[in-house]
Amino acid sequence: MTEHAVAAGRAARRRRLWRRFRRRPMPMAGLVLVVGFVLLALAGPLVVGDPAAQDYLATLAPPSPAHLMGTDDLGRDAFARIAHGAQVSLQAGVLSTLLAMAVGIPIGLVAGFYRRWLDPVVMRLVDVTLAFPFLVFAVGLAAIIGPSLKGVVLALGFAQLPAVIRITRGEVLAVREMDYVAAAVADGAGDGHIILRYVLPNCASPLIVQATVAIPTAIIGESTLSFLGLGVQPPTPSWGVMLTTAQQYLSDAPWLAIWPGLMIALATLGFNLLGDGLRDVLDPRSGR
Amino acid sequence: MILRIDNLVKHYGQVRAVDGLSLEIAHGEVLGLVGESGSGKSTVGKCVLRLTDPTAGTIELAGRDITRLSRRAMRPLRRDMHMVFQDPFSSLNPRFTIEQIVGEPLLRHKVADRRGVSERVSAMLEKVGLRPEMRSRFPHELSGGQRQRVGLARALILEPKLVVADEPVSALDVSVQASVLNLITDLQRDMGFSCLFITHDLSVVEFLADRIAVMYLGKIVESGPKAEIFAAPRHPYTQALLSAAPVADPVRQRERRRIVLGADVPSPVDPPSGCRFHTRCPLAYDACRTDEPPLTDTRSNGHPAACHLITADRIPDAAAHR
Repeated sequence: MTEHAVAAGRAARRRRLWRRFRRRPMPMAGLVLVVGFVLLALAGPLVVGDPAAQDYLATLAPPSPAHLMGTDDLGRDAFARIAHGAQVSLQAGVLSTLLAMAVGIPIGLVAGFYRRWLDPVVMRLVDVTLAFPFLVFAVGLAAIIGPSLKGVVLALGFAQLPAVIRITRGEVLAVREMDYVAAAVADGAGDGHIILRYVLPNCASPLIVQATVAIPTAIIGESTLSFLGLGVQPPTPSWGVMLTTAQQYLSDAPWLAIWPGLMIALATLGFNLLGDGLRDVLDPRSGR
Repeated sequence: MILRIDNLVKHYGQVRAVDGLSLEIAHGEVLGLVGESGSGKSTVGKCVLRLTDPTAGTIELAGRDITRLSRRAMRPLRRDMHMVFQDPFSSLNPRFTIEQIVGEPLLRHKVADRRGVSERVSAMLEKVGLRPEMRSRFPHELSGGQRQRVGLARALILEPKLVVADEPVSALDVSVQASVLNLITDLQRDMGFSCLFITHDLSVVEFLADRIAVMYLGKIVESGPKAEIFAAPRHPYTQALLSAAPVADPVRQRERRRIVLGADVPSPVDPPSGCRFHTRCPLAYDACRTDEPPLTDTRSNGHPAACHLITADRIPDAAAHR
């Protein structure tokens, strides 16, 4: 009975949020782009051919029915490489963000909640790392870890960590002053229970939004690292790797640069629009 | 005594919110703690529940000193006391249903399993005048008055011995205030809990308090039985507070003498020397500026009031001045 009532309340809340979300055109466009991107990454590689298959009779071929996006210098189908590259981008974007959230949120929660002892130490460390620009930090880490997809995920994840800690901690500082936290103490709740059931859920909205900002940042980061040779290594297709190759043939085969560039732009735009929409919908102060 | 506070001090940095306050509440008694905003009255409530750590002094709950107990050691004692908060919008976890909010004390103290929680929450909601179907609602779906009833249900579900009510109706519409006050009065008679009722509004405590303590800048200036305080206030500050409360009878309202206090409340960062009220008191004289009057005045034989002008045969009359 209880569980049903709670579940029913949750479901009603979700339906209401979705109604509010659906009415906005830009977030919906963002959602469509993100869904398209995920579909491309998951289903694309099953549909397209081998991204490493070379066709020496058609190198640097312009888009045609046989090669929808043209071919590169080795005669590899650009569309197949875009689809497989989407998988790399999605992994780099989502996994590194998950890593940053999984490590950063607990640190931010504890630092913000136990402000007196832990907070100064953690926050000075965060300040030091935030002093480095995100990409410089990521490039440095990637150089240390070594070039591979795993290295990219780790480097981008750790480069995002300080921002996640800082945002979480800021939210915790605001939430812990709310009367319902004092009431939880009066209820007889322990710290762990208060952090997990009171503080974390009430910090969740800005963190979800942060995730939708972090994912495209990581996608661009992966492309940048791969472009610099610190990321995914050829022949594995990645949008960044494709851009590196395309650079040499910019005047002969401009489409080689346009497709991966366009994909990076669209994926980034999609996540950003989705994040803006989520922020508006999840904020209870915004209109119904 | 369910609660005994002795010489409580709470400083927030430079701010001396509570500065040497003593009071007692007997079993089943309702004490109205009255003061202006900034007088430190809410801080007293938070210290009693150990939601904030006192700087000095002692707090005894049912004879046990709880002033320095750790958070962990406090937890079992929280069965015996709870709080009703002023703001019905920030005092309920927006992510919890009403059942989760009201049932939380039961689960934290492991006095009921999940099935039992549901039944007891329903019963408690009915007691505070809410339909049991409200259990599955979220706080934002409720009105201010309904939320405050939820807060009351949460505070009372473990049948505590002491309830601290911190301005429980001041955030509500006037029309709702009366019904919530009636509810608190009824529940208090039914369940017999002691109550520290904190308010800035004398007309609210006139309704339900047994005794009244008047607070000014972190200290109690006068305390006594409700009837005495209302009929014969002894401290000039209490007299001024009472004169400011509107009277329902228009004839008497026109006749009554109002005492208008000059100046603003002094800063609790640097409270005035001597009697803290002397900067605004119409009767202040030299001694008030240098010597602090004690609350228990042996020269007089009425309820305690901290004023130099009180003698065995005379009480000051702030309204007679000017």
